[in-house]
Amino acid sequence: MENLKITLLFALAVFLILITGFVQSWNTALLILNMGLISAIMSLGVNLQWGFAGLFNVGIMGFVALGGLAAVLVSAPPVYEAWSVGGIRIIAAIIFGIFVIITIGLWIKKIVNKRQKFWGAILLALAGFFIYRAIFDTGVVAVEAVNPASTGYLGGLGLPILMAWPIGGLLAAGAAWVIGKTALGLRSDYLAIATLGIAEIIIAIIKNEDWLARGVKNVIGLPRPAPYEIDLQQNDKFVSTANSIGIDPVTASTLYVKLIYAGLFSIVLIVIFILAQRALHSPWGRMMRAIRDNEVAAEAMGKNVTGRHLQIFILGSAICGIAGAMMTTLDSQLTPGTYQPLRYTFLIWVMVIIGGSGNNLGAVLGGFIIWFLWVQVEPIGQFLMVILTSGLADDNSLKLHLMDSVAHMRLLTMGLLLLLVLRFSPRGLIPEK
Amino acid sequence: MDFLNALVVFSNFVFIPALAYGSQLALGALGVTLIYGILRFSNFAHGDTMAFGAMITVLGTWWLQSIGVGLGPLPTALIALPIGIIFCSLFILATDRFVYRFYRNQKAKPVILVIVSMGIMFIMNGLVRFIIGPNDQRFVDGERFIISVREFKQLTGLREGLAFKTTQGITIITAILVVLILFWFLNKTRTGKSMRAYSDNEDLALLSGINPEKVVTVTWLIVAALATVAGTLYGLDKSFKPFVYFSLLLPIFASAIVGGLGNPIGAIAGGFIVAFSEVTITYAWKKVLKYSLPEPLEPTTLMQLLSTDYKFAVSFVILVVVLLFRPTGLFRGKAF
Repeated sequence: MENLKITLLFALAVFLILITGFVQSWNTALLILNMGLISAIMSLGVNLQWGFAGLFNVGIMGFVALGGLAAVLVSAPPVYEAWSVGGIRIIAAIIFGIFVIITIGLWIKKIVNKRQKFWGAILLALAGFFIYRAIFDTGVVAVEAVNPASTGYLGGLGLPILMAWPIGGLLAAGAAWVIGKTALGLRSDYLAIATLGIAEIIIAIIKNEDWLARGVKNVIGLPRPAPYEIDLQQNDKFVSTANSIGIDPVTASTLYVKLIYAGLFSIVLIVIFILAQRALHSPWGRMMRAIRDNEVAAEAMGKNVTGRHLQIFILGSAICGIAGAMMTTLDSQLTPGTYQPLRYTFLIWVMVIIGGSGNNLGAVLGGFIIWFLWVQVEPIGQFLMVILTSGLADDNSLKLHLMDSVAHMRLLTMGLLLLLVLRFSPRGLIPEK
Repeated sequence: MDFLNALVVFSNFVFIPALAYGSQLALGALGVTLIYGILRFSNFAHGDTMAFGAMITVLGTWWLQSIGVGLGPLPTALIALPIGIIFCSLFILATDRFVYRFYRNQKAKPVILVIVSMGIMFIMNGLVRFIIGPNDQRFVDGERFIISVREFKQLTGLREGLAFKTTQGITIITAILVVLILFWFLNKTRTGKSMRAYSDNEDLALLSGINPEKVVTVTWLIVAALATVAGTLYGLDKSFKPFVYFSLLLPIFASAIVGGLGNPIGAIAGGFIVAFSEVTITYAWKKVLKYSLPEPLEPTTLMQLLSTDYKFAVSFVILVVVLLFRPTGLFRGKAF
């Protein structure tokens, strides 16, 4: 019975994508599929944190963006001139900054006197900050002056972009470690607020540090793991194959590229899914759920609750980082201006909760279905609005206003869906076993 | 003379803006802290509640302006404020009736309530964009300045001018009034006392016959009023933009936590601490230092610690420091 329901629900997801293919276009369907795969991975990561451990992470956007940043840092071609004029200075400044932070950390650990501890740390921080800025600023000015219209940044390592996926995960894991160290072990709300903050700051850094990834000037044209459509269209073999199946070569090339991405993403999703599934059913997973269900009892049994929370928080964030790098790979550009918490944090939460928190299959399903709705609510809303307002004249101000506002329907729909599921089926579509 | 000029520049660019911004944050943080004290969860919808209340006030202002009602030199929004408060309260009470009450009766964990508040946030955000659209809206009218730069220069003969905007004055005065009324209510009235009792110890309060539903309803009403006032003041002072209110969540939470979650005095202190740190750290001090230092020491750079794009980093760092050193906040709120 249980299995039948799961099969039916996944069949529904497949059906929704297929019907998009038939009614709209196969390109749209594959776009939804690709972003659905990425969403499913993000939602697996959040499910690890929330479903397994009951940790409330509101900074998903930040970890996703770090993944995107990794894609640029790994794959963009290096700008040698920028490195020679100021790159070394920037790196030196950053190493110095890390050194200052470690010194402050040691100071806080070693000094017992509370007043000395506090003011000493502040003094160290201020002195360190001014020296850091003195080294850093000159480097930044030099780097950003290097051909600002097309580069003006340090560039990346020029490595294959697929390598950015694990590195994106590592970057996100590093940020998660810092946040987890600070906020875990306190009230659950504090983690939420701290992650909300770190996400805003990560985005602010990516937007404003032009030397790093060109900020809001965007890095475009990142290398791709798939061939370019234009090359395919000029490839005789590809064109003849496309013609023999009976598809126009231009359409065929776009579909072919998207299918390659879908294949790559599916491999990552399946690997992460299997790992998550094995973790859930291992002694470690049972321990996590025991901690989630009763922290006090688990602590009495000798489990290090904060330590385990830190572990799973880092793992979940790393998965979000991987997904972020994949997303930037799919777009082959990093556009920091498009990262918005409603889209990248709260939407993933809706996916996890509606899919079924604590169940990996549920998280994957939630990723697909909610992404589908997010994309399709707008055309559906437009359609409904046209019917609703059909009695009004075309220049009626109410009608014009309503038609303009259709774009904002998705937030309302997502909020309503979330509340309804939480109220009437709090365990989600596929509940935890 | 140079010292006076430095003081004027300082007041103009740091002290007065920070005072106004701090008042807005304090009002916001009061709302968050009250909900935390009584209902025991962090309300993520608070920023969007501010946006919602402010939106109704903006609509009310436009309506009043269209029928020609005004306050002369003062912004019309002040008359529209009660309209905003009433509608915002109605909406908030409806969410309590249909959403929060169910979980309260279930004794759900606080984190569930936080997720529920996230759902409410989605809906309010969607509604605001649906009704008024995502763009900037101007609704300020009346006299722009209490003292303008030119008047101040003529009056004092100083080289630097001081501008005191009407909206800044109104923000500060309204905040003081609201806080006075709130504290009078919490400390002197029967309902206010029962709210404090409920916040201190729920079981004891229930034992002594306090009606929890009444306490909760009054709390929501106060929170809706605070949020509307804070949102409108912020909108008057800067400009009304639905997106901005969401990003105010971080400084507001930082203020509430710095002061100690659940502690109203702490929320006010926290609001000003966050606002003053934010403004002082992101302000370019060159001009002030030029006047106050002897000539050979005059700075050549802007003397700006952080660019204004990182103003949220300031609230975040304050938050992290408090969490590391004193998780209960300066005024001993509830940390666990």
